[in-house]
Amino acid sequence: MTATIDTSTEARPGSPVRLAGLRRGYGQVTALDGLDLDIAPGELVSLLGPSGCGKTTALRIVAGLEHSDAGAVFVDGQDITKVPANKRDMAMVFQSYSLFPNLTAGENVAFGLRLRGVSPAERRKRSGELLELVGLNQHYDRYATQMSGGQQQRVALARALAIEPKVLLLDEPLSALDAKVRVQLRDEIRGLQQRLGITTLFVTHDQEEALSMSDRVAVMNDGRLEQCASPDEVYTRPATPFVAAFVGAMNRIGGIASGTEVEILGQRLSVTQPPEVPAGSKVTALVRPESVLISPAVAGTVRVARSSFRGPVTRVTVELPDGTEVDSDLPSSAAVDLRPGALADIRFAPEPVMVIR
Amino acid sequence: MKFRNRQRLDVLGLLPFLAYVVVFLGVPTVSVVVGAFQDDTGGWTLSNIGAAAGDPYLHAFVVSTEISALTAVIGALVGLAIAFAVSASPPGGVLRQVVSTASGVLAYFAGVPLAFAFIAAIGSQGLVTRWLGALGLDISGFSLFGFAGITVVYLYFQIPLMVLVIFPALEGLRPQWQEAASNLGASRWQYWRLVGGPLLLPPFLGALMLLFANSFAAYATAAALTNGIIPLVPIQIAAVMSGNVAVGQENLGNALGLGMILIVGLALAGYAWMQRRTSRWLR
Amino acid sequence: MTAVVDLTTAPRAATRRKLGRSRVVAWLVLIVSALFFLIPIVASVEFSLRGVHDTHDLSTWENLFGQPGFLDNLITSLELAAGTVVITLVLMVPTTAWVHLRLPRMRRLIEAICVLPLVIPAVVLANGVLVAFRGGPSWITGSPVILALEYVVLALPFTYRTLDAGLSSIPLTTLVEAGRNLGASWLTVLMRVVVPNLRTSILNASILSAAMVLGEFTIANLLLLNTLPVWTVQAGQQDGEVATAASMLILIVTWALLLLMSVFGQRGARRTGRSS
Repeated sequence: MTATIDTSTEARPGSPVRLAGLRRGYGQVTALDGLDLDIAPGELVSLLGPSGCGKTTALRIVAGLEHSDAGAVFVDGQDITKVPANKRDMAMVFQSYSLFPNLTAGENVAFGLRLRGVSPAERRKRSGELLELVGLNQHYDRYATQMSGGQQQRVALARALAIEPKVLLLDEPLSALDAKVRVQLRDEIRGLQQRLGITTLFVTHDQEEALSMSDRVAVMNDGRLEQCASPDEVYTRPATPFVAAFVGAMNRIGGIASGTEVEILGQRLSVTQPPEVPAGSKVTALVRPESVLISPAVAGTVRVARSSFRGPVTRVTVELPDGTEVDSDLPSSAAVDLRPGALADIRFAPEPVMVIR
Repeated sequence: MKFRNRQRLDVLGLLPFLAYVVVFLGVPTVSVVVGAFQDDTGGWTLSNIGAAAGDPYLHAFVVSTEISALTAVIGALVGLAIAFAVSASPPGGVLRQVVSTASGVLAYFAGVPLAFAFIAAIGSQGLVTRWLGALGLDISGFSLFGFAGITVVYLYFQIPLMVLVIFPALEGLRPQWQEAASNLGASRWQYWRLVGGPLLLPPFLGALMLLFANSFAAYATAAALTNGIIPLVPIQIAAVMSGNVAVGQENLGNALGLGMILIVGLALAGYAWMQRRTSRWLR
Repeated sequence: MTAVVDLTTAPRAATRRKLGRSRVVAWLVLIVSALFFLIPIVASVEFSLRGVHDTHDLSTWENLFGQPGFLDNLITSLELAAGTVVITLVLMVPTTAWVHLRLPRMRRLIEAICVLPLVIPAVVLANGVLVAFRGGPSWITGSPVILALEYVVLALPFTYRTLDAGLSSIPLTTLVEAGRNLGASWLTVLMRVVVPNLRTSILNASILSAAMVLGEFTIANLLLLNTLPVWTVQAGQQDGEVATAASMLILIVTWALLLLMSVFGQRGARRTGRSS
């Protein structure tokens, strides 16, 4: 970045945000069933979950675009539940098409400044700087229809940052974009957010996005918070079976419980949390594909059903004697001999696994 | 080369259509345009144009323009208000269904039935006239056959046309825009001043021009209603056609017709231009 | 599914709750306009039911068909509607299909040509017909035949748009190629493949033309040809009740046709909506 960057594009202490017992229902449907969430200043928290889990509703309530039936939203310790959206000092980036089509990119970015009575010259300077920040300083005079989807979202981001919001709200801002642009913009957003230190709430249904961008990931299901923890923890130590199944791929393999261990396919593994069942009961163990190791063996116990090459890794699917299919992610070099129909041995990495009934 | 030939042959498939349009639209139109510049013996002259641009015909153009402008403006404003009122109702609701169907049907409700419906309502023996008479209100001073009468009757098809034309534009205003504006600190009024209003202006102006053309070209309603009393351009053309004109002015009707084509054509071109501007953000 | 519903209905619901006052204004606008649009129709019905001495009966309607000239002109108008529809379909279905199949680049041009009748007011067109076809054979220019021929032109903007929309919504090229590959002739393909797939559009185009013809007054009146609307206006100079009843009849038939179309249109829309 050049030296002309305004103070507005440097880190400030962000605002803490707290959601307390948010509830919202539409007729018979409960969108939010008591959501509590604390977001530290400058932190980026993702709301991750399947569609209909209430994540968008939560974001819109924070923005003031929707009201909650119960609960409160605090920013900087102040209850803003009754404050109208246009007085909240929050800025939102929508999924798509949110740029004002009658204004150029620069005018879009300057929109919030204009409302705040900033002089035209100052507006022009600041919006130019913000467009530069998102790499679009050449596009000041373009209209939304003259820009690609990725460029439009960059402008939308600049527009949101222009008002120096206390909280930045991102509503699936990348989901309408091409895969390549998505990954690139994801890194840019995270970079900017960290540099500016803006408290950010990010809604997505894409787990890869959530895991790669967030300080913490809040996994939601049916209007409730299932787990809120660092990406690493959510992935490796899912708090609930839902989180385990939703975040990352997961094999379900039958096994026998015995206290703090579980026996699957003759191998004993420790469990993350002992299931409340008597020893010897049948349970299901949840194992990540990368924890399943397959090696070619002439007298193997499993048969390779299929394999699909994915660049550095190859996903090999094997069939257990009882017919269950198990996925394994192997380094591609180790998967060369595992052609469909071949016999193989199966082992599990010696890590604690999650067990459900 | 081969491809070119094929395309040339393909164009032949359009011959019946093109021939039809040329004969039944092109020839009459060209006759009018050419006739406007000819005297009774076929010689070239500007006297028809001169006559058409003088009284009483100039007056007819003025009255037609006034009525068209007035019904266009009132029709556009009321139609916009109705479209706004409907757009606040839930999508897919009964109200939307009723208003859109009614508008589609009512925009067609011009001409003879419309004239009689108004005579039945506020003519001297009309239902409303009687009701109000019973209440001691005499509206017989309001002539259905004058300027104000025509205006009210024309609004009956202008308003539904406005609703039909402007509703898609109103629906095209994405909720995200209002929400984004609101997030950035805009009040409702500021949103309409800076975003919603500027976006609706082109389709609104376009619709105004469409309504103007619609009213300017209308003949049947006025003819059936006023029996040709009010001096509108179409009525003057009809009078010339039925021979109510001085000798040597047989081609005057063509000159008046040319004037109408120019005015209506200009208004519709304006409409089309605005429509194209709108479609940029409507999609 | 629920998330989609949330997004579209929720914000509106929230704004509506806040804006009670503007909601009142909205309903006021709707009610006043509803009155404006209903009163003339109600008045027409009442007027056509008036009997002697402030009574109401069906006498006007009963006498309507016995009025001199009524039946003849009704038949003429119905024949005109049928003729216009036939000519329109024979001319426009093959043309629009051909443009879609072979000359897609000319779509805009054809559309522009089809919109031209809007620019030429009916009065002017009538005048032009009178001037241009003065010496034409009288079985065409001196009879309702010329009306049907010109009504096809007047209806072009609507019929073209309807057929064009219908053709755009079906995979025409694939269908036709499939038919041609099976050895069918162009005519067979047109009748067996294109027409069945365009049923709704063809019906709509027919209804729009027929509705327009039944109410058309300008050209018929100026060419001194008698149709139902022309008869109605003439009758109105003697007997307002009869004329009102006749115009109600025109209105009812027209509206029935248009409502029929909107019912079909919705069914079509629902079908495409489901498939997408």
